[in-house]
Amino acid sequence: MEEIKMAEKDMKLIVNGKRLDGRNFDELRKIKMEVNVLERTVGSAYVEWGNNKVLAGVHGPREFHPKFLRDPTKAILTCTYNMAAFSVEDRKRPGPDRRSVEISKVISDALSSVAVLEKYPNTGIDVFVEVLQADAGTRCVSIVAASLALANSGVPMKDLVSACASGKIDGEIVVDLMKEEDNYGECDLPVAISPRKGDVLLLQMDGNLTRDEYTKAYNMAVDGSKKIYEMQKKTLLDSMVNFVEGEQK
Amino acid sequence: MNIEEYLRKDYVTSLMREGRRIDNRKLDEFREIKIEKGYSSEKAPGSAFINLGDTKVLVGISMGVGEPYPDRPTSGVMTTNVELRPIASPLFESGPPREKAIEIARVVDRGIRESGAIDLDKLYIEEDKVWIAFIDVHVLDDGGNILDAAGIGAISALLDTRLPKYEDGVVIRGEWEGKLPITCTPVPVTNVKIGSNLVVDPNLDEEYARETQLTVTTTDVINAMQKSGIGVFSSEEVDEAIETSFKKAKEIREIIEG
Repeated sequence: MEEIKMAEKDMKLIVNGKRLDGRNFDELRKIKMEVNVLERTVGSAYVEWGNNKVLAGVHGPREFHPKFLRDPTKAILTCTYNMAAFSVEDRKRPGPDRRSVEISKVISDALSSVAVLEKYPNTGIDVFVEVLQADAGTRCVSIVAASLALANSGVPMKDLVSACASGKIDGEIVVDLMKEEDNYGECDLPVAISPRKGDVLLLQMDGNLTRDEYTKAYNMAVDGSKKIYEMQKKTLLDSMVNFVEGEQK
Repeated sequence: MNIEEYLRKDYVTSLMREGRRIDNRKLDEFREIKIEKGYSSEKAPGSAFINLGDTKVLVGISMGVGEPYPDRPTSGVMTTNVELRPIASPLFESGPPREKAIEIARVVDRGIRESGAIDLDKLYIEEDKVWIAFIDVHVLDDGGNILDAAGIGAISALLDTRLPKYEDGVVIRGEWEGKLPITCTPVPVTNVKIGSNLVVDPNLDEEYARETQLTVTTTDVINAMQKSGIGVFSSEEVDEAIETSFKKAKEIREIIEG
């Protein structure tokens, strides 16, 4: 077992100019999005992105507790990111760990930057994200799903939130890392933007990048996010068309 | 936000419109950094007490022996924990670390881990036994910019760390066998957006006025970044923050290593 793992560490991630799953450097994995997938939430979304499967749902605006933390000027948006125990190969112990607390926070921050929270003073808006299957890049998938669910819930938003990661593998800058690339690559740079203005809503990075590599990786992640944005818009529009057609029948 | 915070925020923001800071610093100027390495040297293998302006942070390093991660059987292990002690601010509460402390800990951790600052491969002892470096950041006074103080403190304390003697399966406390191998000095620099300006090293008043922030940890390359807080950056602002962070990190590195 250990020998296999050691061998994987030296694994080539780029063979004949292609990545392990046959993708080009600037090519995203297969992505499927759907909104309004749950009954008891106000808004919901399901996103499949490569082997990632993520469900997001919104409760509220509703009474916020504890009372003394209420904000009389706006709603407090809280996102909770949770990974199912079986979503990864080595079982993840249920409940919040440090990683999921951090991801919850950065997603809450990003969504709060675009949602018009001033419309619902003293309330809380809770966005729940369930990662059902994880295969690298779950924070980007989660933020894309959470943003769709929030839009689907009808909370006014200044813009959608689109996200995509880029990174460095075998010295090359590529977009949308999958599991092996994430594990054995040299860098991971998840970015979330508000696509219309191009504002940066989430930016994290770990690994090593020179100044020039950063610029290249950032632009690649933004280009990826813009592709995601088009898919998000289409998903929301289609759901409205379906809804209107359903009403007419 | 209480009325005092609101007024201070208002004051900081209006000063910033003229490009001025509440304590007359330049936009890219840090407060005075004082580093006392070996503050707890009687007990802890490594430590550093940091004053960053009014912010006080004590970082202690403990060295333990434990099992390596299964996928890296010959590498040592590091962990980072941040305690926002209630003594440091009326806003901090007792109990296990929450969101804010966890985020700070993880950003500090990432800078050190990803830069390879600790030479973990040299921390192998024998089969299934490696050194574990515990980095514990104790925040004692919140004068703003805890994150940079914690990051500067962590690497300073690591540079101060001695490796305990290890014989016949036991750690001999109080006796040392050389230094913890450190390869580089990652330095986090937090850039805060107030109005249309970016400033480094926010004091507490400036944190009230902060819209959002970006921390960039560098060695000779970028090793970690973290945007934190509600609010947005343009990509030009991010570029500016990276440039400033490289520049300031170089100056701070000299203080740490000096």
